[in-house]
Amino acid sequence: MAITKAPLFTSRRAEAEPSAAAEGTSVALDLRGVQKTYDTPGRPQVEAIRHLDFSIRRGELVCVVGPSGAGKTTLLRSIAGLLDLTGGEVVLDGNVVTGPPEGMAVVFQEYGRSLFPWMTVRQNVELPLKEKGLDKATRREKVNRALEEVGLTEAAEQHPWQLSGGMQQRVAIARAVAYEPSVLLMDEPFAAVDAQTRAELEDLVRSLWKHLGVTVLFVTHDIDEAVYLGERVIVLSNRPTVLMEDVDVDLPAERDQLTTRSLARFGELRGHVYSLIQRAKRGDRPDAPLPASKGE
Amino acid sequence: MTRFLKATGYAVGLPAILLTAWWFGSANSTNTFWPPLSTIIETFPTTWTWDRIVADVFPSLARLGIGFGIAVVVGIVLGTAIGLSPTLRALSEPVLEFFRAVPPPVLVPIIALFAGYTGWLGKIVTIALGCLWPILLNTVEGVRGLEPTLTDTAKSYRLSPWRRLVFVVLPGTSPRIFTGARQALSIGVILMVISELFGANRGLGAAIVQFQRSFAIPQMWTGVIVLGLIGVLLAALFKVVENRMLAWYLGQRQIDRGE
Repeated sequence: MAITKAPLFTSRRAEAEPSAAAEGTSVALDLRGVQKTYDTPGRPQVEAIRHLDFSIRRGELVCVVGPSGAGKTTLLRSIAGLLDLTGGEVVLDGNVVTGPPEGMAVVFQEYGRSLFPWMTVRQNVELPLKEKGLDKATRREKVNRALEEVGLTEAAEQHPWQLSGGMQQRVAIARAVAYEPSVLLMDEPFAAVDAQTRAELEDLVRSLWKHLGVTVLFVTHDIDEAVYLGERVIVLSNRPTVLMEDVDVDLPAERDQLTTRSLARFGELRGHVYSLIQRAKRGDRPDAPLPASKGE
Repeated sequence: MTRFLKATGYAVGLPAILLTAWWFGSANSTNTFWPPLSTIIETFPTTWTWDRIVADVFPSLARLGIGFGIAVVVGIVLGTAIGLSPTLRALSEPVLEFFRAVPPPVLVPIIALFAGYTGWLGKIVTIALGCLWPILLNTVEGVRGLEPTLTDTAKSYRLSPWRRLVFVVLPGTSPRIFTGARQALSIGVILMVISELFGANRGLGAAIVQFQRSFAIPQMWTGVIVLGLIGVLLAALFKVVENRMLAWYLGQRQIDRGE
């Protein structure tokens, strides 16, 4: 594995600093000194996230990769407001996240367990819209559009368990898309599907992102997937997690499985992220948080 | 069609064998307590006339229906509340364990003290209390065992507590509720009979006891047969409701198991 010279890659850390000033306009999601320690009485204390600072601009598609056990799921659940932070804050559209925020949709890894098996595909997609208080006609239209986007119009009246794994994850994506979130979180959504389906779903995410202008935070353990999908790749360290590097992916906006993956630049980026992950696995982590913050 | 015939054959086969054995085994019986099956069958139409069905079978079934219905409603409501609230659970766990350990028939004389021997109230309370525990405990377990990813999904889409209850918690718990209800139904049938054994009154159980006490032995046997038939009928009815309401669950399970 060829390790490319680090200076080739612009780190976005320095640029992340003025994010607080630009808040509410271009920044969709902002993590400020996020910290999470699991401290259940009677169990050993686990420091999952030591310090994370990064922000995502509106309309960006950012991937988060890290070695296994890097606290990726903890991070995602914190951002989704499903987990209380120990320190720091997550800011979505200028509001501090204290519970599951409005304007955020999550696609979980376990597609088979995130869809309601007692509902049809249509009902699954429609339920969050009911909660939004949309009238029947609007709901119907949005559901139809979302199902069309993911290519599942035919399966609308079927139950999720009647569909293949890849199709089930499409349903979960349709549900998230129909909800029209300002940020879409995806937690290793394709970890459990076969390689071909995975490639299709990756392209689906790219096309939905472009098409709908939604901000996407995509968590994965797959380096290739992260580089292929992302505009930026945030590399996490081993637990206790800090930011290893924020890698800019300067690949052409128009991507496809064959040509993009055979670009020399793709290989370089991939190699770079790979070497970062290898370092992370060895327990190598930047000590100081961000140059911008005061440090600990 | 052949599949239907096969299924019917299997369903009828064993009862036919047992009846044949009973028929020939008891054919020459002179024992008063074991009358020949032919005698029992002869007595059947004269014993279970429409009047008797209306006077004895219907009231029993009505009490069973009301008691079971109350148990289902109370069991689901309480069970869901206990399953969702850790505080309620901590509070109620020892009490639930206690009542679960008490065999329901023991309650009959106690309840009769408060609600009377002869009226409907005591019997309905007995049936409802006996049926309550399996439904309640299964509902609690079902709510606690809800798939965490589903709960997270409901939370992340900010579903209101009401919608979560109706669209997520209750349907997700329904397979367990049905398990509890099935156990409760057989307990209910037993209690329906037992609750009529004390004190003189009408009802299926009371009728059987009266036949026995007046040495109308063949009639007593017909009562037992009627009870058995009611059991079969109720089980079939339950299956129909379950198949309809749990179609998603049964379908999913079939696919998961690759049947």
